[in-house]
Amino acid sequence: MSVCAKVSKAVLVAAAGLWLAASAGLTDPAPRRVVSVNLCTDQLAMMLAAPGQLVSVSHLAADPQSSAMATEARAYAPNMGQAEQVFLMRPDLVLAGTFSARAGIDLLRRLGVRVIEIPPAATLDDIPGHLRIIGQALGRETQAESLAAEFEASLDQLKINAPPARAALYYPSGYTTGAGTLADAILRHTGFSNVAADLGLAGGGNLPLERLVMAGPDVVVTATPYPGASRAEEILVHPALKAVQSRAGSAEVTDADWICGTPHVLRAVRAMAEAREALGGPRLTQRQEIR
Amino acid sequence: MRYRLLLAGLSALVALLFAVSLLVGPAALGLTESLSALFRGQGEAVVLVMREIRLPRAILALMVGGVLGLSGAAMQGFLRNPLAEPGLVGVSSSAALGAVIALQTGIAASFTLALPLSALAGAALSVVLIVALAGPRGGALALILAGIAISALAGAGVALVLNLSPNPFAAAEIVFWMMGSLADRSMTHVALAVPFMLAGAALLLMLGRGLDALTLGEDAAESLGVRLGRLRMVVILGTALSVGAAVAVAGTVGFVGLVVPHILRPLVGARPSRLLPAAALGGAAMLLAADIAVRVIAPDRDLKLGVLTALVGAPFFLHLIWRMRRLEA
Repeated sequence: MSVCAKVSKAVLVAAAGLWLAASAGLTDPAPRRVVSVNLCTDQLAMMLAAPGQLVSVSHLAADPQSSAMATEARAYAPNMGQAEQVFLMRPDLVLAGTFSARAGIDLLRRLGVRVIEIPPAATLDDIPGHLRIIGQALGRETQAESLAAEFEASLDQLKINAPPARAALYYPSGYTTGAGTLADAILRHTGFSNVAADLGLAGGGNLPLERLVMAGPDVVVTATPYPGASRAEEILVHPALKAVQSRAGSAEVTDADWICGTPHVLRAVRAMAEAREALGGPRLTQRQEIR
Repeated sequence: MRYRLLLAGLSALVALLFAVSLLVGPAALGLTESLSALFRGQGEAVVLVMREIRLPRAILALMVGGVLGLSGAAMQGFLRNPLAEPGLVGVSSSAALGAVIALQTGIAASFTLALPLSALAGAALSVVLIVALAGPRGGALALILAGIAISALAGAGVALVLNLSPNPFAAAEIVFWMMGSLADRSMTHVALAVPFMLAGAALLLMLGRGLDALTLGEDAAESLGVRLGRLRMVVILGTALSVGAAVAVAGTVGFVGLVVPHILRPLVGARPSRLLPAAALGGAAMLLAADIAVRVIAPDRDLKLGVLTALVGAPFFLHLIWRMRRLEA
């Protein structure tokens, strides 16, 4: 019994020592071979990494429909995110999303690779924080700080304080996003309320076309269809949706800028701020006159 | 007299289900509100919901169900085989393959009629195969085996084409093409499919006299002046037109053409000419009911129509096989 306890204690001590050595050895100097396996950490890393520091980004990063930095991403080796492929790149730091394939991330950790996981941004305020976390991990604190400050300043400039107009996000198969999502935060920052959130939806979910029509939003934001055809995307050209859009007078489209919590979100924020100004100009001045 | 009563009863049932179908949906609308929107165009959003979302759905359920019931009755009459049905013998899945090819190659986007025409071609090819492999003398076993082979081949083709599509949503839609759904269909789909379905139904309804004669055997039918070659052509063309167009917009819905003619056959004195219109009405009623049920059971989930028709139809099919076994023994 006591032998057993001694052995396990020794193992523990050894493991702790190893862990300390490993973490000390890895955190002190900036990592030299960084691999990112998540579309959003890909973009943050590409913005912040020193030349040569970032080795590989996920294959999605080069897809213009998902990634706001598709051109830049072609300069890096693409990965599919599986532990085997990533480990063979001999990374000293792996950047992942919290929704990345769990088994692969756990395996990389067991193999002694340092992994930093970033949750998906749920608000615009998360973005400077994520920039700083990645900046620190890459040893690029100064760059991260200046990007974060620049982002916060631009975001402040684009803030619209107005009685909210009603916007609906509408994607293939009637999918939409409600409260607690980045798209919802973009809408609220630019003087809109999100119809799906008003109907009680938190996170993502389906909104039947009938209920969208009945809600009568001022703006409908839809998605760009992919190449090839799908029944799911046919809803985006449904005559009833077209009628709602033409009545709203504005048809905004989401793109790669909406997906990830990076400074590129500012382009989406700017587009929505312009849509809000185009829509509510007279109403805004009216309110101001009353005051 | 009894036959007229049956048709009147079925028509009333279809009308009732059509009305219920218009009144069921995720947006809770009042009865008077919906009706005044539908007929008088009052209430902007409600009009959109009634005329652009619910009406096309109800029309398609009516038409698709009608042609499935009708083509089932016609195939059973022509092949003189109670197991013939467009879903079971692979006509529907071949039509789905035609439709999927038209959609994924982009032909459907370049000219409007490409989608129904391509589905029609797929359906026609498989009916020709079925008639050749299991024609009037082929027997039940040949029919079912040929049907299994054609369904498997066409189903694999659908899955292959959708998996190779550059569209990330396409592969998930294999379920739609195999199980069928009327969710989010629009008047565009009605305009695309209904003319073909009407033409097909008109052809199939003309078959009555020929099929009646055929119940006496091929020789007797020919001596009564029925030209079998022409009859065969009409069956092939009518089934291809109606099932092809139905599948192009609604996917594959199985078992309607099997269950409905069987329930109605004893009520019409087993005469094919009387069964055809009754089966069309019965099919329409069955699909309208199924489409109402999917919206009531799972309002936000797009439960597939084929799930419900198979839940009713597959046990029925087993029962039929059991009865045939006893008859043969």
